[in-house]
Amino acid sequence: MELDAKIPSGPIHEKWDRHRFDMKLVNPANKRKFDVIVVGSGLAGASASATLAELGYNVKCFCFQDSPRRAHSIAAQGGINAAKNYQNDGDSVFRLFYDTVKGGDFRSREANVHRLAQVSVNIIDQAVAQGVPFAREYSGLLDNRSFGGAQVSRTFYARGQTGQQLLLGAYQALARQIGTGKVRMFPRTEMLDIVVIDGQARGIITRDLVTGKLERHAGDAVVLATGGYSNVFYLSTNAKGCNVTAVWRAARRGALFANPCYTQIHPTCIPASGDYQSKLTLMSESLRNDGRIWVPQKPGDDRVAGQIPEGERDYYLERRYPAFGNLVPRDVASRNAKNMVDEKRGVGPTKIGVYLDFKDAIGRDGKNAIEARYGNLFEMYERITGEDPYSAPMRIYPAPHYTMGGLWVDYNLMTNIPGLYAIGEANFSDHGANRLGASALMQGLADGYFVLPYTIGDHLARHLGEGLVSTDDAAFQAAEEGVHRRTERLLGIDGSRTVDSFHRELGRLCWENCGMSRNRAGLEAAVARIPELKEEFENDVKVLGSAESFNQSLEKAGRLEDFFELAELMCYDALERRESCGGHFREEHQTEDGEALRDDENFQYVAAWEFKGQGETPTLHKEPLEFEYVKPSQRSYK
Amino acid sequence: MKLTLNVWRQDGPGDSGRMVRYEMPDVNPDMSFLEMLDLLNEGLIEKGEEPVSFDHDCREGICGACGVMIDGRAHGPLPGTTTCQLHMRHYKDGDELTIEPWRSAAFPVVKDLVVDRAAFDRIIEAGGYVSVNTGSAPDANLTPVPKDVADNAFDAATCIGCGACVAQCPNGAAQLFTSAKVSHLGLLPQGQTERWRRVRHMVATMEDEAFGSCTNFTECEAACPKGISIDFIAQMNRDFVRARFRDPEADD
Ligand SMILES: Cc1cc2nc3c(=O)[nH]c(=O)nc-3n(C[C@H](O)[C@H](O)[C@H](O)COP(=O)(O)OP(=O)(O)OC[C@H]3O[C@@H](n4cnc5c(N)ncnc54)[C@H](O)[C@@H]3O)c2cc1C
Ligand code: FES
Repeated sequence: MELDAKIPSGPIHEKWDRHRFDMKLVNPANKRKFDVIVVGSGLAGASASATLAELGYNVKCFCFQDSPRRAHSIAAQGGINAAKNYQNDGDSVFRLFYDTVKGGDFRSREANVHRLAQVSVNIIDQAVAQGVPFAREYSGLLDNRSFGGAQVSRTFYARGQTGQQLLLGAYQALARQIGTGKVRMFPRTEMLDIVVIDGQARGIITRDLVTGKLERHAGDAVVLATGGYSNVFYLSTNAKGCNVTAVWRAARRGALFANPCYTQIHPTCIPASGDYQSKLTLMSESLRNDGRIWVPQKPGDDRVAGQIPEGERDYYLERRYPAFGNLVPRDVASRNAKNMVDEKRGVGPTKIGVYLDFKDAIGRDGKNAIEARYGNLFEMYERITGEDPYSAPMRIYPAPHYTMGGLWVDYNLMTNIPGLYAIGEANFSDHGANRLGASALMQGLADGYFVLPYTIGDHLARHLGEGLVSTDDAAFQAAEEGVHRRTERLLGIDGSRTVDSFHRELGRLCWENCGMSRNRAGLEAAVARIPELKEEFENDVKVLGSAESFNQSLEKAGRLEDFFELAELMCYDALERRESCGGHFREEHQTEDGEALRDDENFQYVAAWEFKGQGETPTLHKEPLEFEYVKPSQRSYK
Repeated sequence: MKLTLNVWRQDGPGDSGRMVRYEMPDVNPDMSFLEMLDLLNEGLIEKGEEPVSFDHDCREGICGACGVMIDGRAHGPLPGTTTCQLHMRHYKDGDELTIEPWRSAAFPVVKDLVVDRAAFDRIIEAGGYVSVNTGSAPDANLTPVPKDVADNAFDAATCIGCGACVAQCPNGAAQLFTSAKVSHLGLLPQGQTERWRRVRHMVATMEDEAFGSCTNFTECEAACPKGISIDFIAQMNRDFVRARFRDPEADD
């Protein structure tokens, strides 16, 4: 299979402009002849649906929540980057581009990243015009902060609720189009297959989650904006419903899945407190600006924090990385915490955690200053743990948070299946092996507002006059029957274990073998064990209720089945990538000081996997990466 | 600790529903309320009984999906707290709890504790937006917004659309929800062009839905997990009256 990324020619800062000129256009009167299916109503899906409808296309938008406003994007806290340079501190489109390529550890596509940095400025304009209440200074102008170790202040934020406010902006634009009838919204509807006819994406099969009814929807193009797959680990910071099903169904129909092993583990989350734990809560990274991270020097030290004298504490990040200290990047902070726990120096009742201590900051700046900065976070911590972080140090531990991997897309955000697009966290595009803080919101909205609405026209223009495929077509019928059989099969197993108990087991397996650090033996064991576990699931899961009603266990069972297959591919990819880069740390490939060691000579490519069927070895396709503008270098935080 | 739960079970909109009693012998105080329901459900499935359906997603108090009446209070006893953020340490051994869905004519029950809140979406669709097509926005710093105005608009914009206000209101009114969106956009310069039209259309749609009317019980404010103030209702009412004169399209 030939992987053509379709990167336009010319100097990097002219590529997008040239491309926009070269692409075919659909004239305004013809736009209404096209129906576009958008699966997902998060930042990417809502912004794309609204914009496509404004342009005149007929849009059908789907989400599994009861309202599009509840998509997982709502939970993003910290902020959104844009190269506005409002602070006059030396930011520019090129600097944001540079930081993103470097932050991604030289595993992303330069052309895509540059375009992202270019359109970032338009996102802020658009959001403000919609009424998104970003933080402001007393001058009435927009405020910015520095985020995730960036040397410039380019992050726009809305208290600790940036995702909520941006999503409400996109949701409002979507609601306006639903009101005009240009978008038909299908909430509580799950996409369960995609229909490919003569190699083109032509529609989807959905299940109405209230009535259980299966439905066929034809479209001239299908856009997947269905988010990331962190929930393969069961415990993550993602919303409970986040899943890989839409993307995986596409992979099963031939769409390539790129870099599945690039997952991001966020260092500052509240540790799990027991076996009943259902999800993990992120605490803003900004806490590391004032908190000091430490563990006892002695393994197995059972004393409470206050009784461990200063001389017996190990501020391990400050010790190992004098220049960056507690502000090292996410992956470095996460891995070091894991090492402490592995050395039996973890803290708290489960011993799986490290301290984040504000005592010195409170001593220096006063309790009031700390409260003003982090009051809401401290309150959230206390609400969840029942402990007061003003008087005793917080306990934190890393948790799966974001997935850089996703469907392979070309420069137009189209997958290798013509007519099938992937946007937002669902694609693999812009973050390489590691995403910078505040860049996911930027990418989702860039894709949805400013990239896809242009590039999709180029595809549709070539299909003018073809008309929609009939949903009576044999391919629709076969796909619907497939979904029906699968549902019946899951309900018919009638075993002894719950869906969640299997999901927890899969999650633990992935976390232990394909989590913060990975090695060959562990990955091989996981690749062998995952299909066995899936088989146990298929023989022993218990899903009650019927297919023709609201049935949350059935929803979960279908999603978990797809997670099993994805998990296997993720471990394959991690096994195959015999280097360390960004969020992917292979223990065999590290420097003498234990830092990630890239192998540009052999692994400077995108790994795009072709699923060959259950139990078959997937086929690897490589898209080589070239770095013309940002020369690969080794990261150092010493 | 040991708890007794009385949970509303209802197969669907057509079913009349009933309370079912469950004993929970081993609840950990560090669990969240929803984790306690997870535990109940795992036990039910193992016994071959259908689990209790309830809406939830983020479990962080921001998506607005969760929400049940706990002993007659929307989202339970703690102020400023969604159901998913309530933890079991606020209960004690031997407590008996009653768990029901939102009760409102405008929010029909889908199943067990799950209700249909689509009426909220229809109110937003009627005008809860600024009509700015993608690409036509001016530079973001062209229009400064005084910080206090921006902060006030933000306070209204934090609404998560959970429906607790409607559920707690003896009349089942949606004034707090509607006024939060009307005020969020009506306070900002970006929302001025459509201010009068917006309030007329949103209020009209709200009145067409099966919500009750507001008679100032103020229960909504107390139940709101995000602390949205009833001052916004007063503001909406003022705007609504003024809109009759200001909105050129107003025909009454
Ligand atoms: C706690 C937390 C904090 C974060 N903070 C930040 C931050 O500060 N800055 C930042 O840039 N990023 C942040 N991120 C990351 C960012 O929030 C996400 O990457 C981003 O919001 C994803 O948006 P999306 O539109 O791609 O997908 P989502 O918002 O996940 O939306 C997915 C949509 O797809 C629908 N869907 C999924 N599957 C199906 C199906 N089969 N059928 C029908 N519909 C389906 C869902 O209903 C939903 O509407 C954070 C993430 C987390 C977890
Ligand atoms: S589950 Fe999202 S607010 Fe409770």
